[in-house]
Amino acid sequence: MKELLIGKLTWESLPHQWWTIAGSLSFIFLGLIVAGILTYTKRWKWLWNEWLTSVDPKKIGIMYFIAGGGMLLRGGLDAVMLWLQQALSSGDSHGYLNAQHFQEIFTAHGNIMVFFVAMAFIFGLINYIVPLQIGARDLASPLMNTLGFWLFVGGIVMVNMFFFFGGEYAATGWLAVQPLAGAEFSPGAGVDYWVWSLMISGIGTTLGAINFIMTILKMRAPGMTLMKMPLFTWGSLYSMVMALTIFPLLSMTLFLVYFDRALGTHFFTTMGGGDPMLYTNLIWMWGHPEVYVLVIPAYGLFSEVVSTFSRKPIASYTSAVVGMFGVASLALSVWLHHFFTMGAGANVNAFFGVMTTFVAIPTAVLVFNWIATMYGGRIRFETPMLWFLGFGFVFALGGISGVMLAVPPVDFQLHNSLFLVAHFHSTVIGGVLFGIFCAISYWWPKFTGFRLNERLGRYAFWAWIIGFNLSFIPMYILGFMGASRRLDHYDAETGWQPLFILMFIGGLVIMLGVALQLAQIIASFIEKKRLRTNNDPWDGRSLEWAAASPPSFYNFTTIPHAATRDAYWAIKKSHNRKTQYEDIHMPKSTGVGIYISLFATLASFAFVWHIIWLIVVSILGIIVTFIVRAFDENTEYTIPAAKVKKMEEARAKKEKAGPAIENNDYDEDMGLWELIKVILGFILGLLRNRGWRRWRA
Amino acid sequence: MSHERLEHHEAEATDRAMFGFWLYLMTDLLMFAILFGVYAVLHGNAIGGEEGRHLFSLPLALTETLLLLTSSFTCGLGMIAARLGKKKQVLTWFGVTFVLGLAFLLLEIDEFVKLIDEGQTPQLNAFMSSFFTLLGTHGLHITIGLLWIAATLGYIMKRGLNHHMVRKLAMLSLFWHFLDIVWIFIFTIVYMGAFV
Repeated sequence: MKELLIGKLTWESLPHQWWTIAGSLSFIFLGLIVAGILTYTKRWKWLWNEWLTSVDPKKIGIMYFIAGGGMLLRGGLDAVMLWLQQALSSGDSHGYLNAQHFQEIFTAHGNIMVFFVAMAFIFGLINYIVPLQIGARDLASPLMNTLGFWLFVGGIVMVNMFFFFGGEYAATGWLAVQPLAGAEFSPGAGVDYWVWSLMISGIGTTLGAINFIMTILKMRAPGMTLMKMPLFTWGSLYSMVMALTIFPLLSMTLFLVYFDRALGTHFFTTMGGGDPMLYTNLIWMWGHPEVYVLVIPAYGLFSEVVSTFSRKPIASYTSAVVGMFGVASLALSVWLHHFFTMGAGANVNAFFGVMTTFVAIPTAVLVFNWIATMYGGRIRFETPMLWFLGFGFVFALGGISGVMLAVPPVDFQLHNSLFLVAHFHSTVIGGVLFGIFCAISYWWPKFTGFRLNERLGRYAFWAWIIGFNLSFIPMYILGFMGASRRLDHYDAETGWQPLFILMFIGGLVIMLGVALQLAQIIASFIEKKRLRTNNDPWDGRSLEWAAASPPSFYNFTTIPHAATRDAYWAIKKSHNRKTQYEDIHMPKSTGVGIYISLFATLASFAFVWHIIWLIVVSILGIIVTFIVRAFDENTEYTIPAAKVKKMEEARAKKEKAGPAIENNDYDEDMGLWELIKVILGFILGLLRNRGWRRWRA
Repeated sequence: MSHERLEHHEAEATDRAMFGFWLYLMTDLLMFAILFGVYAVLHGNAIGGEEGRHLFSLPLALTETLLLLTSSFTCGLGMIAARLGKKKQVLTWFGVTFVLGLAFLLLEIDEFVKLIDEGQTPQLNAFMSSFFTLLGTHGLHITIGLLWIAATLGYIMKRGLNHHMVRKLAMLSLFWHFLDIVWIFIFTIVYMGAFV
């Protein structure tokens, strides 16, 4: 009976270890704070109507950023815990984590950083920027977009659910090594959480990929041929085509893993004719291209930042487009370099080694594009440009170590060592994360209408660069000294401890960088009147800068005509900007994305705990919601031209009434001390005026 | 908004939706590609059980194939009728498609039940695991297709054959033909392959 009702759940599943209690309490606490603020300011309805059910890609983009930012802190906390354990746990000391817990943390760290931080920000950026860059008003399928986003949120819920139910996450590495992740060796719910959080967020990614390919190929502004598209749009297109190619592989592989675990089939088991190496091939056929899905949009973004801040068009646009294509296509045929040591034979290893080394060629083409663009340009070293230069340095480290690892005999020495860990952190932090930071400081004025505090941004950049090198250069050295990855303890006579301690200090400096970034955002909100900008603060070149900042929900009053590359640059030079008002078609908001995702999350939870009735109910829920929506013919509305005109005039009036726009007064930007003073003053004021008296009375 | 521009807007939306549906079909095809790949790797590992040639019946598989191919044909006839706006014919031909699809599905379920009765369960060995998953996934798609046909026909009876419905039918027929193509590969690789 109990089995029927709640499946494999027991009292033991509730939080009882210190970390599950702390984790679940902090999630509950956070939820209560948010709910309290929403109730106090009476914003529940606003939240539902304006944000949660919105199909506006700009709002969905911002929700991606918020979710990704939260997960960055969560995954960062994991990283600090790992560093601290490794700094402490030498010789007689065994640190403060047991081996199982340590393994769960590095698994969660990897999953969260790749799926719920990097993917979140990349999808957020593509959502916000690509429609603007191609001069479109919304996406090809707004419904699929909100559904994809909410499935991604469902993935976040599932990856954190173990705090509340089950108490253990997968301890199998971020790609769940087989047969370790099978039912025989990992009987707990951890691997099932892993499967289902990746499953639903992965399906969301596939939907997103379909949607963005449709949007980019079918909805460009008149005049914008493929070879006139901005490079970020190119990068996004390649990235989405890759995602479309590989995410179905992930979904199906995850199904097979789940069948093995739940139904007792023999795909990847050691018994019954299963083949664990089949799994390793399948998962890396997805896993390797996945990191390129993340980094190729960043390549596109850097191309635009370099061009804007050098005040030159990108040097050799065509070779940049071809270079990104080269990276994207080669990346699909290198997956075996993750397991040269499997013993596939010299010829197979040689082929994949050579293909991997080839990736360096189109990447180098891009690097030369950027150098040539900067050459002779009038470069402005503002934060986006700083992040680009930081990327150049860190990514070069990652690239060079990558080419080293691509040589099979060298790989036999370095396989599964900390050298490898340092390598992929250099590429992912240097390439993807710095790209994301660069993008956020570059497009922030577009998102909000005011620029970011430049001074704190610079501090944050230097903290990140110094922290990164302090923590990852020792990691390269440790790798050479023979330290393998995933070590929760090592002998004292290895002499590694000083380097591990150095890594931990570097981690703290990175945390300081993150804190400074948060301070930067807070300071910018405090000073937002003074930091106000017009629609084009950087003297930009592509169409997103033609829209207002922040853009109206229909993006453009008149769809711009893209006659050349750098379309907005040409429009600015021609001084020919007249506005025509026209009727605008927009999609209606819908809660369908949330409902389906809610059912999908419930279904995942039920799959993890084998609660049959809940599986049936949730899947029926998905089907019914889907059918009802699919035959709804009334999903759009029209804004008449007269109303558009009224809204535009109201906006212009408001802009005129606001303070004058001053752009480049970076010296006056608030520093750290001033920020602390302002915040303390604010809190004191709050206490004095209201809270304090009320509390005493 | 003028009538003409509204129509243009609708035509563009249909064009995008069809393109998107093609992209979706590609992702689905890739999922099947994985299952075919897994079957190719594992079908020799019939540990503790029979090999395919002792389990499968070619006449049964041929019957299933003919049912599905005929259903694709009637689905095509239904699509022609939809383009011509003939509601009654649409209902008839897609109705026949539904019946043929259902017959296929019942035959497949019957085959599964018989195999399981003989002890050839998906849990037995890697060969059976990959066989059941590949065919089961196809069968699941057929089930979804049947649900889809039923829902579409229901709405057509209620609302008539407007352009939204024609778009839905066009996607449905793509989906149905796609399943047919996947089945041809299953027939060739799984059934005929077992007797080579």
